[in-house]
Amino acid sequence: MEKMRYSGFQVLLNGLTGNKGWRPMWRDPTPKSEYDVVIIGGGGHGLATAYYLARKYAITNVAVLERGYLGGGNVGRNTTIVRANYMLEGSSQFYSHSLKLWEGLERELNYNTMLSQRGCLMLGHSDGQMDALARRGNMMRMQGDDAELWGRDETRRHVPYLDFDNARFPIKGGLMHWRGGTARHDAVAWGYARGADRRGVDLIQNCEVTGFRIERGRVLGVETSRGFIGAGKVGVSVAGRSSQVAAMAGLRLPIESHVLQAFVTEGLKPVIDNVISFGMGHFYISQSDKGGLVFGGDLDGYNSYAQRGNLPMAEHVAEAGMALMPMIGKARVLRSWGGIMDMSMGLAHYRQNRH
Amino acid sequence: MRLKCPLCGDRDAREFHYRGAAKLMERPEAGAGEAAFYDYVYLRENPVGANSELWFHELGCRAWLCVSRDVSSHEILSVELADAVKRGQA
Ligand SMILES: Cc1cc2nc3c(=O)[nH]c(=O)nc-3n(C[C@H](O)[C@H](O)[C@H](O)COP(=O)(O)OP(=O)(O)OC[C@H]3O[C@@H](n4cnc5c(N)ncnc54)[C@H](O)[C@@H]3O)c2cc1C
Ligand SMILES: [Zn+2]
Repeated sequence: MEKMRYSGFQVLLNGLTGNKGWRPMWRDPTPKSEYDVVIIGGGGHGLATAYYLARKYAITNVAVLERGYLGGGNVGRNTTIVRANYMLEGSSQFYSHSLKLWEGLERELNYNTMLSQRGCLMLGHSDGQMDALARRGNMMRMQGDDAELWGRDETRRHVPYLDFDNARFPIKGGLMHWRGGTARHDAVAWGYARGADRRGVDLIQNCEVTGFRIERGRVLGVETSRGFIGAGKVGVSVAGRSSQVAAMAGLRLPIESHVLQAFVTEGLKPVIDNVISFGMGHFYISQSDKGGLVFGGDLDGYNSYAQRGNLPMAEHVAEAGMALMPMIGKARVLRSWGGIMDMSMGLAHYRQNRH
Repeated sequence: MRLKCPLCGDRDAREFHYRGAAKLMERPEAGAGEAAFYDYVYLRENPVGANSELWFHELGCRAWLCVSRDVSSHEILSVELADAVKRGQA
């Protein structure tokens, strides 16, 4: 298939010729009988893994097997935040590296991921919390990432519409991480998919893995809805389905699947410049480029594989939003949805969760 | 979601606190060793259909309940007093 580079010139040319010149972004191959590496799950992580195997390690005899369509899992259902304002050893380096990848990704993939480094602000409501934010900021800076500690006045100058005098959680200041922001996650999945496909990776959709063929402790391949596919190595990145897929290989994981909801309002004029997180209320919010307020809260709090949550959490999120920025009460919610997360037993976020 | 507490009747899920898998009732003996406790604390079946779990009727009778719930539809399949279940096992 002819490989196409995206550019302003292409947009102009195609605009003038009835947009008839665009080509499909990737092939739709029939699975080969065997690959060096098979990756289960065509979300952001599976596609990125395939891309870097091909680009960085020159391993191109690779297939990504996706039971639905590429990017149809959590990567297309999240609230699009990217950030490196974590603190704990092992996790913070991971986010730091990810954010650096985001920063070079559009150029690397020749694909518009709509990265917008509009800044992520974490709010503090007490002296103790301000100390904790200062400590977090120092750790972020020592790692080479950016952080600015704002007092109450400076915070107010930037986000005057918040309720600074809330009786329970008055705002004392915040920690701003300017390099954080948002990126269109499904564009990232598509960008990686296109990059992997061009390097010879087979992206196989509508292909559900239903079992592993294992002999004397070695994996020989996977059983799928499209027949057996041999594999030298198998990678699994199936987000909320990890327990199920691992169980087919006889593994039990320290994981429970939980549902996390998100919400979006009708489109409004620009009002929220940054990503704001109100940790005490389990609430965070940003405004999409289309104008919708995108916000979310905490897990519903019980095991779930239903890609929808329940109303008590919706109500809780709405209340937290109202407490933080009373004006939000005038906006109408257009949609809400849920995604399934693998949670470790301490409810610490497993690697699949980067928000 | 609504749960039918055997003592209080049909109640809103907000009255209850979710604790996790019902296997938490089968705590290993003190000397059972690390592997048994690792299994008890961390490993879960995490099934897609019916899940056995513990709920606490915090804003009601404060009884612990064993609930069987379909985690793909959130349908409650059965609710029993944890105490009765435990006695039944003994
Ligand atoms: C509501 C919500 C908000 C979030 N907000 C943010 C945020 O703001 N910022 C952020 O960074 N992260 C956020 N996250 C987390 C982020 O979306 C996930 O960490 C990320 O998308 C996971 O990518 P993945 O590739 O691991 O999984 P997915 O994108 O879910 O991909 C897994 C794929 O595996 C496929 N699969 C499953 N089983 C099989 C099988 N047997 N055979 C073949 N294929 C299979 C699925 O169909 C799916 O496409 C949020 C998540 C949710 C649910
Ligand atoms: Zn009761």
